[in-house]
Amino acid sequence: MLKQYSFEKTAVQTFPDNVSLAMRTENLQVFYGANHAMHDADLGFPKNQITALIGASGSGKSTYLRSLNRMNDNIATVTGKIWYHGVDINEPNVNIYEIRRHIGMVFQRPNPFAKSIRENIVYALKANGIKGKAELEERVETSLKGAALWDEVKDSLDKSALALSGGQQQRLCIARSIAMEPDVLLLDEPCSALDPISTVKVEETLLELQKKYSIIIVTHNMQQAARVSSQCAFFHLGHVMEYTPTATMFSNPQIPVTQDYISGSFG
Amino acid sequence: MDAKRKDFIATVVIDLIVAAVVGILVFLLAYILISGLPHVSWSFLTGTTDAFSGAGGIGVQLFNSFYLLVLTMLISIPISLGAGIYLAEYAKDNWRTSLIRSAIEVLSSLPSVVVGLFGFLLFVVKFKIGFSVISGAIALTFFNLPLLTRNIEESLSAVPRNQREAGLSLGLSKWKTEIGIILPVALPGIVTGIVLSAGRVFGEAAALIYTAGQSAPVTNFSDWNPMDPASPLNPFRPAETLAVHIWKVNTEGLASNAAQLSAAASAVLIIAVLLFNLGARVLGNFLYRRVTASK
Repeated sequence: MLKQYSFEKTAVQTFPDNVSLAMRTENLQVFYGANHAMHDADLGFPKNQITALIGASGSGKSTYLRSLNRMNDNIATVTGKIWYHGVDINEPNVNIYEIRRHIGMVFQRPNPFAKSIRENIVYALKANGIKGKAELEERVETSLKGAALWDEVKDSLDKSALALSGGQQQRLCIARSIAMEPDVLLLDEPCSALDPISTVKVEETLLELQKKYSIIIVTHNMQQAARVSSQCAFFHLGHVMEYTPTATMFSNPQIPVTQDYISGSFG
Repeated sequence: MDAKRKDFIATVVIDLIVAAVVGILVFLLAYILISGLPHVSWSFLTGTTDAFSGAGGIGVQLFNSFYLLVLTMLISIPISLGAGIYLAEYAKDNWRTSLIRSAIEVLSSLPSVVVGLFGFLLFVVKFKIGFSVISGAIALTFFNLPLLTRNIEESLSAVPRNQREAGLSLGLSKWKTEIGIILPVALPGIVTGIVLSAGRVFGEAAALIYTAGQSAPVTNFSDWNPMDPASPLNPFRPAETLAVHIWKVNTEGLASNAAQLSAAASAVLIIAVLLFNLGARVLGNFLYRRVTASK
């Protein structure tokens, strides 16, 4: 039986004005019809850091993440504000396609297009008006190097992306996202379908990528959060319970529900 | 009775049922081909029919069947592609969509002879187009649309949702995602459906008797201007197809060798339909490899 925890007692950090944030949410709430899936999330994400969102299944962490680039449009009702470069991108008149070019996303299951490796990366670039052959070539190489996949695929760029292993596919999806040169990269449990060796590779990639991008990663795996993230938010039943630097979260959790989750009492 | 024995009996029964189905098919095909093929010759395939007795070759009918098929597909593919994309991707899950789905289902269960009579009354009589290729093509479109729409919708829906998410997350518009990412993956299934429906259209008779007509005026195969009355491409001329010809020779043929004529024409028809089926497989597999392995 799951213990009842009070949702009143939370420990959510805010950042002083001198910390520049990649994005920030204010009173973000998500509803699936009558189901209130996410309550009042006020989180800020520092630039060029990895922020991990952890919590049990159904805690609302993926729902929250998918709201950040408006992937919940037509699926759920999202209220509240999402601040990005001084603009509330949760407004209905915001160009969501433009937003998603700045806030990229990688999903739980690798979902490369049924096209060649090269075409996976250049397809969206071409659709956005980048036509120069040299520039496309360069973006393919840079993004594949960024995702630590270049050495493995540089001789087979015209082969089908579906022939790659799961871990390679996921790194291709990361490459595809960073080829758009986004600002923020959202990752929704990117390693849950991968084996441990592929997971290590993806994590190394992320640690390298935070130099250029601000990364928000949802993960089931607490060790992963501890390994890669600088900030860590703990979600429980649709509430953000605790948000602290990762080191604090795992060494000195502030409230009982986090202590119990981290020590493995539930979830 | 123990589980193993039950399983054995069930397996044997299922095997027998499958064998019966395959057996019937093989028997039918063999019967038609054996009784028809000996009478098929080059002059039969290219010759013209005697308008009164129905004797003679099936050259014009064969051409008519293909021409009608092409026209039907030209009309029905764009419409069903639009309808299929709408139903699979854009339609909201509400009463209006289910009304559209039921309408398509009802359309697909209309007997083809009823579709033919409707085409006769509306196009042939009311619009005064007369028995013509175009009347037949429109009637066959009614007959073809629901199946093709369903096939396209199902092929599109079978593409995993995460492919759509991938496209949207890269800032591609819904339409661009649909056309550039989802449609190519669904294409092999769609093409297979189109070729299979081509087989059905090719063999259809009832809907054509009253629309495309039962006469195959001899056309001038050196005249390819669709506006000329004698041109084979003229869509306003009557055009008896192969399937209608078989029906006609059997019911009112006066030729002494009517039985052989219809057997031979049936064999040709069956071979064409079999080729469509085979073609659907080959083309579907080819496209699948081509699309996924790209180049």
